[in-house]
Amino acid sequence: MRYLLPLGLFVALAVFLGIGLKLDPREVPSPFIDKPAPALELPTLFDNSKTISNSDLKGKPWILNVWASWCVACRQEHQIFVSYSRSKRVPLVGLNYKDAANDAKAWLQELGNPYDIIAFDLQGSAGIEWGVYGVPETFVIDAEGIVRYKHIGPVSPSTMKNTIIPLLQSLQSNG
Amino acid sequence: MRSIIFTIIFCIMQPLQAAIESRVFENPVYESRYYQMIDKLRCLVCQNQNLADSNSELARDLRDKTYELIAGGATNNEISEFMVTRYGQFVLYEPPVNRHTLILWGAPVVFAIIGIFVFVRVSRKSKSTTLLTVDANHVAQARDLLKDKSNNS
Repeated sequence: MRYLLPLGLFVALAVFLGIGLKLDPREVPSPFIDKPAPALELPTLFDNSKTISNSDLKGKPWILNVWASWCVACRQEHQIFVSYSRSKRVPLVGLNYKDAANDAKAWLQELGNPYDIIAFDLQGSAGIEWGVYGVPETFVIDAEGIVRYKHIGPVSPSTMKNTIIPLLQSLQSNG
Repeated sequence: MRSIIFTIIFCIMQPLQAAIESRVFENPVYESRYYQMIDKLRCLVCQNQNLADSNSELARDLRDKTYELIAGGATNNEISEFMVTRYGQFVLYEPPVNRHTLILWGAPVVFAIIGIFVFVRVSRKSKSTTLLTVDANHVAQARDLLKDKSNNS
């Protein structure tokens, strides 16, 4: 009986520590969820004279994928976007983050280009606007330009299938 | 002895090797505010370092941004707000008191109160039990024993 209190305390502590182990400290909740998407006013990777802006993308949900040729984890998720792009469901926008244009183009040549349009962010200024801190990152933006979802790190096939695609479907049926 | 001296020297030296860029400030107040801000903001890549200590590229970019904002006349609050709207509350090493951080700020006070309460109760209880367990018979017995001893010697 006299050990009941210490035992109870131990169990409570173990439960909290167990929960703590399961949490990923790298997954900081994005402050942009359910807020208007930040500006994405940048030249495109393949044509410097052309620019991309948020207003071009209004009216349809879209995906923004932040990537770079120097980013190892981007390779890991890339095939998922390549196969997704074949289905042509929503526009897939690439944000090439702090990369050399030639490296980025070579990387796409090698691995395939799933993007409908690629914004070229040499200085990382759009990256700061979007709160990017670890490439790759993936955002889902709805037809009104509101950020609905953010994924940090490489997208796994199950995240794509169980989270992103159902979310896009619900966004499309609502809009 | 020598190792102790070296340890102390390295501890003192640490802040000096932090931020690598050399900055030119038109105003000494800006300079001190710059170092104050990069000390208070967390680098999200190496999460246990602030912007001043981190060598990551993001930290460098955010130091540049902080410099730019200060040079542009932004106040400390405006800089904090700039970072929070983009990276969330997590960038602040010292989060403001609001309903999300209430547990964080309140828990130490609550635990201190619980601790004082338990301490007072335990110390009172132990005092009263020692007084109560000594009953009159034992005291008399002890007196007799002491008397015997003093008579014998």
